[in-house]
Amino acid sequence: MERRGMEQLAIILIDGLVYASWLFLISAGLTLIYGVLRILNLAHGSLYAMGAYAAASAVLFYFDRGLWPPGSYVALLGAALIIGIVAGPLIERGLLRWIYGRDPVYQLLATYALFLILEDGMKLVWGVNPYYAYKPYGLLGTVQLAGIPYPGYSLLLIGVALLASGGLYLFLHRTRVGRLVVAIIHDPEISVALGANVPRLFLLTFTLGAILAALGGAFTAPMISVVPGLSVEVIVLAFAVVVIGGLGSLEGSAIGALLVGVVRSLMVHRIPELELFAIYLVMALVLLFRPQGLFAIEEVRRV
Amino acid sequence: MNAKRWLWSGLILALLIGACVPAATPTPTPSPVPPTPTTVAPAPSPTPAPAGPTPTAAPPTPTPAVPGAPAALKIGIVTFLSGPAASPFGVPARNAAEVLIENLNAGKAPAPYDQKGIGGVPIQAIYVDEAGGAEKQVAEFRRLVLEEKVDLVIGYISSADCLAVAPVAEELKTLTVLFDCGTNQIFEERDYRYVFRTHAHQVIENVGAARYILRMKPNLRSIAGINQNYAWGQDSWAAFRDSVRKLKPDVQVAGEHFPKLFAGEYSAELSALLAARPEVVHSSFWGGDLEAFVIQASPRGLFQQSLVVLTTGDTILPRLGRDMPKGVVIAARGPHGVLAPKTPLNDWFVKIYKDRYVVRPVYPSYHIAQAILGVKAAYEKAIAANGGKWPTGDQVIAAFEHLEFETPSGTIRMALGKGHQAVEPVVLGITGDFDPATGEVKLTDVMEFPAECVNPPDGMKTPDWIAQGFPGAKCP
Repeated sequence: MERRGMEQLAIILIDGLVYASWLFLISAGLTLIYGVLRILNLAHGSLYAMGAYAAASAVLFYFDRGLWPPGSYVALLGAALIIGIVAGPLIERGLLRWIYGRDPVYQLLATYALFLILEDGMKLVWGVNPYYAYKPYGLLGTVQLAGIPYPGYSLLLIGVALLASGGLYLFLHRTRVGRLVVAIIHDPEISVALGANVPRLFLLTFTLGAILAALGGAFTAPMISVVPGLSVEVIVLAFAVVVIGGLGSLEGSAIGALLVGVVRSLMVHRIPELELFAIYLVMALVLLFRPQGLFAIEEVRRV
Repeated sequence: MNAKRWLWSGLILALLIGACVPAATPTPTPSPVPPTPTTVAPAPSPTPAPAGPTPTAAPPTPTPAVPGAPAALKIGIVTFLSGPAASPFGVPARNAAEVLIENLNAGKAPAPYDQKGIGGVPIQAIYVDEAGGAEKQVAEFRRLVLEEKVDLVIGYISSADCLAVAPVAEELKTLTVLFDCGTNQIFEERDYRYVFRTHAHQVIENVGAARYILRMKPNLRSIAGINQNYAWGQDSWAAFRDSVRKLKPDVQVAGEHFPKLFAGEYSAELSALLAARPEVVHSSFWGGDLEAFVIQASPRGLFQQSLVVLTTGDTILPRLGRDMPKGVVIAARGPHGVLAPKTPLNDWFVKIYKDRYVVRPVYPSYHIAQAILGVKAAYEKAIAANGGKWPTGDQVIAAFEHLEFETPSGTIRMALGKGHQAVEPVVLGITGDFDPATGEVKLTDVMEFPAECVNPPDGMKTPDWIAQGFPGAKCP
């Protein structure tokens, strides 16, 4: 009995961690972009969906050529990088730079419009039929954890999320450019006064955020059938996680993703009727006590 | 900048997106040829989806063989052309309607449907996208009737749309044939004069699945379910669970999971199912959710651990092909798709569909064929009864009620709802090896439960029928 209880707990934690990794990947870019650009990018989900579509196409192409199967993970990664590096600067230079500092409502409407445009753009490019690129999902086999089989791919997903968060941490706190980004997050005006090249840093940050979103999509693609409408599901979840963590805080997003992941997993295993409600329960509880989210970036002064 | 203001406006907008996007989804664009036909979903129809309703195949030969007949019979056909239900259900149905109507108009169908069009009158179809929700569909329905002046409407995959449109069909006195929606409520809640449904409702595959698994596992001890969290998933699971427990009261329920519709990620639910080790797992998942579920469950061994029942499983067989796991119970909401009977009419239907669209028809294709052939049979019966003259609307309805007609899925009987609701048998089978010659997964242990076994008697509500232990059911 004791052992079963421990196993149950382990299963709940592992499932929570898997889901949290996914949540972190989809929300990290959103919060980073908000922190620096002060724009809530509602088209974030579209970048995720484009990453998923590009990855599915890349994987299908890859297996069509009969190449070495494990190399398909490189195809996934490559697809995400290409989408991020192409779409990121296009969106930032083409749209966002015109609306910096405007009323948040304009910014929300502009990125919402972008979301609608991209939604239809994806239908033009990829059509409305589903894409299945599930081969990479089964490649890693299964691992026996706490008495039940887990796909190796889930562990890969945890690894990707850990790498992404570690990489972001090192970049932001150990490199010159990264420190400049942090400086802008905390005080844009002083940073500018001290000579930070803000337009370049904005471009860089947005591209980084776009790559993160596309990465989330790319590594989700093998688990699902890639269909129109992916973006909507994602933006609502990502936004909830970001709000829980505090807008603009990467640490917050990570903790928020973990909280939601574990609570949801607990619900699935213990009270499945409440599964849908898990994320909103966490959000409500956090906002009740910390209306700014767990790790809201400190505001030096209110304008 | 005020973070609180951000938070609230963002939250509101995010919710708005969630609420509005299905409505804002525009008509689909024709997809480019998929890169690999083996792993990508079936190629789309060569005709682009119409932007809004477009009359197609306006026939040039108005030769009214029947006195009093119109130049063409205008049918509004409503099915999902965009959104997540388009590719698994809506488009296979539209494709079947197109190819079938073309062949009927050309008089190329086998007997008893060898007369051109309907009683010699060509069919003119107007296709409408079902996406956008029930209120939009009610408005579209009124537009079809009042502006397009259609003679009848065949449509609706979503139960919500069926429930919303049926009363409006009565109000506008327009013959309406529901072709795919699953809810049992329509004719159990009230009587309709103008509304017909030419396929059985959701109870058949769930009662059928319950009987099937008890034949396969007479000593069954535990079941679990994973179904989408809305009416379809909840009703399907309730019908299955209650039927199993009525037939074998000591069966335990080891888990009832209701993930969000279109969640796509089932890792935690799968862990719960794997940890609970139920002998049987029931799922009425459809479309992308079903495919994601199979993709994620397969490597984790759920299909080896438990006997899994997929009530709409037939729709994914052509897509997954050799990657479909073995040992899974599949149904097709009736004798459709790979479970359809071997008859000349079915062979012909599969051939015309495959010649045009490469893949074979799935159950929504069969359902719409039933609706179109039912309308044709009813009109032609009414013409005969009217001494060879074109019938009035009332005469068509009189002919349609309690009609029996041939379809690729066998003989359909309009037995329930005072002759407005069809009954069908249900067929289930277990997936086996992939047959490269036919491109199909072979099924073993195929079992058919006749209509009298899996449908409640006329006038009885499905939940009551199950609760009372299936009175009147005649099972083999």
